[in-house]
Amino acid sequence: MNKSSRDVMTFKGGIHPADSGKVLSENRPTLTAPLLERYQVLLCENVGKPPKPVVNVGDQVGKYQLIAAADGFVSANLHAPTSGKVVKIGEVPGPMGIPAPAIEIEADGEDRAAELFPPLNWETADPKELVKRIADCGLVGMGGASFPSHVKLSPPPDKKVDTLILNGAECEPFLTADHRLMLERPRDVITGARIMARILNVANINIGIEINKRDAVESLETLAEGTNVKIIPLKVRYPQGSEKHLIQAIAGREVPSGGLPADAGCVVQNVATAAACTDAVMKGLPLVERIVTVTGEIVCRPGNWKLRIGTPLLEALRLAGGVTEEPGKILFGGPMMGFAQRSLGVPIAKNTSGILLLTREEALRHRATSCIRCGRCVQGCPMHLSSCLLATAIENGRWDLAQQNHVMDCIECGSCAYVCPAHRPLVQLMRSAKMELRKRKK
Amino acid sequence: MDIMLGTVAVDWKLVAAAVALMAGGGLLLGLIIGVVARCFRVVGDSRVDLVTELLPGANCGGCGKAGCRDFAKSVVSGENPPGKCPVSTREQVSAIALALGVEVGEIVPKKAVVRCSGNLFTSDRVAYYKGINKCSSAMLVGGGPKLCRYGCLGMGDCARKCPFGAIEIINNLAVIHEELCIGCGRCAAVCPRGVIAIVPAAAHVHVFCNSPEKGAQKRQVCRSACLGCGKCVRKDPEKFELTAGLAKVKYDAAELPDMETIEAVGCPTGALATTERHRLAAKKEAAVK
Amino acid sequence: MSEEVKNDVKLPTGKRLVLSSSPHISTSESVRKIMLKVLVAMVPACAAGVWFFGLRALLVIVLSTVFCIGAEALWCLLAKKPVGPTVGDCSAAVTGVLLALNLPPSVPWYVPLIGAFLAIWLGKQVFGGLGCNPFNPALVARVGLLIAIPAVMTTWTPPRGMDEKYPGVKEFRQSVDATTCATPLGVAGQRKKIVGRSEAARRNFAQVSSRRLLKRFFWGQRGGCIGETCAPALILGALLLFAFNLINWRVPLCFAGTVFVITGVINYFLPGVTPPPLFHLLTGGLLLGAIFMATDMVTCPLTGSGCVAFAIGCGVLTSVIRIWGNYPEGVSFSILLMNALVPLIDRWFTDRPFGYVRKRKGEVK
Repeated sequence: MNKSSRDVMTFKGGIHPADSGKVLSENRPTLTAPLLERYQVLLCENVGKPPKPVVNVGDQVGKYQLIAAADGFVSANLHAPTSGKVVKIGEVPGPMGIPAPAIEIEADGEDRAAELFPPLNWETADPKELVKRIADCGLVGMGGASFPSHVKLSPPPDKKVDTLILNGAECEPFLTADHRLMLERPRDVITGARIMARILNVANINIGIEINKRDAVESLETLAEGTNVKIIPLKVRYPQGSEKHLIQAIAGREVPSGGLPADAGCVVQNVATAAACTDAVMKGLPLVERIVTVTGEIVCRPGNWKLRIGTPLLEALRLAGGVTEEPGKILFGGPMMGFAQRSLGVPIAKNTSGILLLTREEALRHRATSCIRCGRCVQGCPMHLSSCLLATAIENGRWDLAQQNHVMDCIECGSCAYVCPAHRPLVQLMRSAKMELRKRKK
Repeated sequence: MDIMLGTVAVDWKLVAAAVALMAGGGLLLGLIIGVVARCFRVVGDSRVDLVTELLPGANCGGCGKAGCRDFAKSVVSGENPPGKCPVSTREQVSAIALALGVEVGEIVPKKAVVRCSGNLFTSDRVAYYKGINKCSSAMLVGGGPKLCRYGCLGMGDCARKCPFGAIEIINNLAVIHEELCIGCGRCAAVCPRGVIAIVPAAAHVHVFCNSPEKGAQKRQVCRSACLGCGKCVRKDPEKFELTAGLAKVKYDAAELPDMETIEAVGCPTGALATTERHRLAAKKEAAVK
Repeated sequence: MSEEVKNDVKLPTGKRLVLSSSPHISTSESVRKIMLKVLVAMVPACAAGVWFFGLRALLVIVLSTVFCIGAEALWCLLAKKPVGPTVGDCSAAVTGVLLALNLPPSVPWYVPLIGAFLAIWLGKQVFGGLGCNPFNPALVARVGLLIAIPAVMTTWTPPRGMDEKYPGVKEFRQSVDATTCATPLGVAGQRKKIVGRSEAARRNFAQVSSRRLLKRFFWGQRGGCIGETCAPALILGALLLFAFNLINWRVPLCFAGTVFVITGVINYFLPGVTPPPLFHLLTGGLLLGAIFMATDMVTCPLTGSGCVAFAIGCGVLTSVIRIWGNYPEGVSFSILLMNALVPLIDRWFTDRPFGYVRKRKGEVK
């Protein structure tokens, strides 16, 4: 059963970033955004091949209608967030800084739903049918990676999966979207977990939640009584929400280097993906909206909003009451691994968990100086790499040394750069080394 | 047996023994080295050494080989004509050809040109870029700080790579000094945006823009971009060509454009220019954006 | 709900956006703050030095610090580097104070001056500045001075409270302008070694290492460098360094522990060859070296296991030099020698990366 109140000891390494930000938005209920005039649905947001549009400019579409079909196995469907007319299939500024293809829909105000999938009884349906439903509804990992969920839930037959882990850790500062989801829709999360467990045919279901979300832990524990779902409280540590470290903390196994969680017999999914799974199976709803934390000290009314995919950034900020001063940074995601935006015309996608605004003062605060070999980066790295030596090797163009010191294992979590007193741009250095080594491998 | 040197008594036998030991040991080691050098000698073609001596020795890789010695081997084996070395002067190439008794070969001097005229003042950037000051690293952060996706970032990856010091960064724009460039191509290989092109050295007029986007889009972020208006192509279709929103000089045409061509065309943004004028424009700070 | 406020909502213009790589927040710690914390941790040792050796010691500390900062500023001017950031990170000040703690209290003014240039120029800037030096700069200066002007560097002043009735260390020399004395290690080093376990052997060092004397040594009543005498001040400094998370606790523990164990074993079997281990712990610069010099961030290994290896190496070398070497004091040399081995230690003693399984031969995949 699941009355376990043990605080699970986590991984060696990791850091405790100062987190005064969660309190800005964690106690306010999630609000649903009103219908907007235009939605720009990004086409290439998921890992794998981007889906191919199945509508043309000028077509009328209904809400939940398929507008782009998956191209191959590792690809995800895309559905219209509202009813209206397709006005453009072109490029918009993307969250990675480069223009991205998108389908622009002008809403007609009626929000008319197209035909939905028929509800399934997950307890009796064939697991293959459940997977197909998940693929049809365009589910992707909503924690940030946006890996198509049906691929994750169909591990190759040679990998024996015996554990399902739901990621409710939300270790990034400022973000509270998953927290609010677990408080407001706990039943859907638990049902989603059980659906996924049925698909994978596993009996060991765990939901990992950091202990700073005690109310979520308790509410889920109450609901999970009587089922085989275990709620595991985790010590607050960054990056507890990383797949590999979640598996180490909960299942006690290490994913081998270069391998996937399935190699350690586990499948990890975000709690939001689980809730979306419940919607897809029990109500036949494709994935068109998600909870996004719009927050920051300079946001007038920080909080969580249920936004439809394709919501333009400025509209999301307008919902949050606008800003009190000109921001220095607009981040998609959390402050540790999020992407700084250079354009205001970027739309929300399925994997945008938060919009965080930082002041210019905070953005320009520290200047990089030289390394003093204090070793804090080595202590903090969750992958146990010698970040200090790696960075020096990369700065001097020694790609061979970088590879020897396992730079390809870096998960770019940012722990090293956070604790560095010299404020060296360590993550950028690691990324440039990985890019160079991948180029050379070709 | 002691000999007196001043007030110090020196044991002559000890001194003699030490000297003999050192000398004898040195002689023995010298003999061993000589024998080893003889036995393990690498037999090579002496002509390779000769040609290597005659080459300029820049080891730039402009010939496509791994250094001057490698190129010398290829010349001796007949794979490459001596004229393939872009750094050698005509006299040097003739000397090599004479020494080996081969043809001089076709010498097509090339040089590099940075096809961008967007410096700090004419091309827009994000308000501030904070990170590593290398073009390849800056590309990792949202595609780089410049609003134009195809233009030169001006952080100096090419300048650092050039073995001849021919590239200068002026106002965040890379500018190549023609007289120093020999067209080895290292800068073009390292540029993450592919802004640098290797063109015939005789060409002095180029279209200094790299972006194939539509003119109206380009105008929003850069004042010196090529608008794709087509004036140059209409005026002189033999010398220019237009693909999408970008005009290009036809480098394989019978006649290359020159100063008169530029004046006749009347390029609205100044993207069509000589290298000299381009360098001067890069230095100019725009008065008002 | 948002329709009402639509009119007076201030939206960003995006004109002042900063583009940078993740992470976008970082610790408020900086190199300067770390150096200032180290200075704070050295205050007890400085205060004890001034208490025992008088205002002369304070003068040496101040001169050393000023000269070190000056040397760094001069280097920046000559090398055309910006002076502000380099001097502003306070590492020169830390080197200055550390150097002063390693000098005898009665050194003339030119000793801190030469030491400052040796430490900053030769010990740090020549290698590329902060973070690039393989050797501890203060130790480079101290060893350089020791070898260049040994007479001045081994002239010791009696501390406050030391008088004629002080048995065992009473070689006072009344010179023209100063009273000097010998250090306990110096005295012990003078005595001829007696091999074996005879009664004579056991009594060889008894005068220097009686219980009463050891108590006095602990509190700082012995000749020595400014910062090395008072053990409680040094231990307080160590606690402050731990509290600020500035040093790895393994280094001082293993260093002192190794010396204790080795000298203890030798003393047990051959009591005439070396004094008891507690004597070694409380005399010479062992505590100062183990706590402040060996733990210097720049010259210390990065991983915990590496630090242990480093500290054990220092301990072994110190014991060897003290017992069988020509110098009575071995700490400075041993730390410098181990500093030279730190890059190798860093290569050998890395943590196992996540997801790797050590092959049977001990080789990481």
